[in-house]
Amino acid sequence: MKKSYKLENLCCAHCAANMEHSIKKINGVESAAVVFMTQKLILEADEENFPAILEEVKKAIRKVEPDCKLIEP
Amino acid sequence: MKITFSKKQKRTIIRILISAALLLAVSFIPLSGIPKLLAFLIPYLIIGWDVLYSAGRNIIRGKVFDENFLMGLATIGALVIGQYPEAVFVMLFYKTGELFEDVAVARSRQSIADLMSIAPDTANILKGDEILTVSPDEVPIGSTILIRAGDRVPLDGVVIDGTSELDTSALTGESIPREVSAGDSVISGCINLSGVLRVKTEKTFGDSAVSRILELVENAAAKKAKAENFISVFARYYTPAVVFAALAAAFIPPLFFNGVWEEWIFRALIFLVVSCPCALVISIPLGFFGGIGAASRHGILIKGGNYLEALAKADTFVFDKTGTITTGTFSVVSADEKALYYAAHAGVESTHPLSVSIREKFGYVDRNRVKNIKEFGGRGISAEVDGHHVLSGNAKLMNENGISFEPSQSDSTTVYVSVDGNYIGCVILEDTVKPEAKQAFTELRSIGIRKTVMLTGDREESAKRVADAVGVSEFRFDLLPQDKVSAVEELLKEKHGALVFVGDGINDAPVLARADIGVSMGALGSDAAIEAADIVLMDDSLTRLPEAIRIAKKTRRIVIQNIVFALGIKFGVIILALFGLANMWEAIFADVGVAVIAILNSMRMLRV
Repeated sequence: MKKSYKLENLCCAHCAANMEHSIKKINGVESAAVVFMTQKLILEADEENFPAILEEVKKAIRKVEPDCKLIEP
Repeated sequence: MKITFSKKQKRTIIRILISAALLLAVSFIPLSGIPKLLAFLIPYLIIGWDVLYSAGRNIIRGKVFDENFLMGLATIGALVIGQYPEAVFVMLFYKTGELFEDVAVARSRQSIADLMSIAPDTANILKGDEILTVSPDEVPIGSTILIRAGDRVPLDGVVIDGTSELDTSALTGESIPREVSAGDSVISGCINLSGVLRVKTEKTFGDSAVSRILELVENAAAKKAKAENFISVFARYYTPAVVFAALAAAFIPPLFFNGVWEEWIFRALIFLVVSCPCALVISIPLGFFGGIGAASRHGILIKGGNYLEALAKADTFVFDKTGTITTGTFSVVSADEKALYYAAHAGVESTHPLSVSIREKFGYVDRNRVKNIKEFGGRGISAEVDGHHVLSGNAKLMNENGISFEPSQSDSTTVYVSVDGNYIGCVILEDTVKPEAKQAFTELRSIGIRKTVMLTGDREESAKRVADAVGVSEFRFDLLPQDKVSAVEELLKEKHGALVFVGDGINDAPVLARADIGVSMGALGSDAAIEAADIVLMDDSLTRLPEAIRIAKKTRRIVIQNIVFALGIKFGVIILALFGLANMWEAIFADVGVAVIAILNSMRMLRV
């Protein structure tokens, strides 16, 4: 399942790259792209465990940039 | 260029100004020792408190290599060894650079958003005499909508009443308005310039052109170019490496080689200031983003930075003939009068491009004169016209029915006509070459495309005619659809750069997928074409191709310039610092100055 989320307060390009790096390492994530220019996360992950994976993703985001929030559509 | 600042940015500007003024004032007060330090701490903290705060918070979280930490460490180190003005300056410039980055990014986002402001806000549904204004996503398929002059077409559909001109420039980059009247299809996102149109919708808003284009451009940034990935990987190692180098420089020479502590710590601080990878990390994606934006302004949708990057390296272009190099419609070049009459009538119900073109040439066709129409795929048509038995088709049809005819000497497509078993003459048609084709091929060659190849299912003679008319360097004929894939595979083996396949997106999805870069033209209406291609040309003009390459090359140039420039300066300063030849000012330039210049360089893409 592929979904796109808006990221609020994503304020540094280097952090975006780090975020992408750590999100990609989460189990069940097939592909992830954090796009600094559009402030978006495009996440492709296992459909069954999607909610759990999303929680992991949120944790990873908080760890890199505490002020950054993932907005669910 | 209008720049508006956000609240946060305004606060930062005020802090920069106050801090700079205080720094200037403090520099003129003759102080020494602790009072001097305290005096400089005022402007330092005004500008740098948030950097220190974030750095502290990140250390607790175990993230030491972030830019706040580096700047905090470098400036505190400068304060410790008595370099007070330098410490404040580093912080001042760092914040100024950050502010600049912020504004630049916001501006680029805005310019892409403006570009993409093609989404309509409302649709007017006609129900009887009533007009209901609703959001476009509430309009079901098959509704009749009213589009007034000045409105944006909200959904894809067909005009049922009214004539007007549409401005398609936001979608196709084409500035000449398109005339539409009843029966024509219209595409969402265009602006209705003159008359009132009644349109029957054929798609939901989600499937309409406008939504698909927006989605495509939004997602394009997610497919990152190799250069982007390289930079983020590089940044992951560069910063820690420089920090460790700084540690080594600060301690090893004084401990083991009798170095002067202050001198080596100072050199280490310079390392820290230049260790921030911001300039690269931000300017490279910005360049690709700008390139994709610039392309879409010209009616070229590029589905990812990786394709834009590959396009700059293209050296072989492979084209499908029909619908790509030619318009896909035929025109009658010569015809016997009677043959044209019977061919047009026999083909009265046919949708075959040849029949359509013959009818067009003939004019009004009376349906009542025709009976018993039979179509034979790949051969032609038989029908009763004015009570006579008519055959109209190719040589195969004539031979099968035992009709003796004079084979045409022409290279072009020939339709033979017989009446009551006697050959009466033929109609000769030619596939129309797109008017801009020749110029497009000349341009492609002049910007370094080594080889252009045309693939077609036509016979050699007609393939050669088109090939000569436009000036492709090679052509392959008599190809079945699957042969096109193997032709492309063969060409893939001998290319040096990237291979681009250009097709109309109907029937050529496998070839589009096989090529390094698949381009579909005039694909606005076709979902399959948009799906299969990597680059979508919104109108069907071939001159978009050299334009796309120019944008790709410019993007690549800017990206390379930024990488070389930023890394060159940074490593240069590191080496100078190692030998004690660099001062803090050069370090600040290597950090903030380089970032600003790289960003400005990338922003040139927005003005293509």
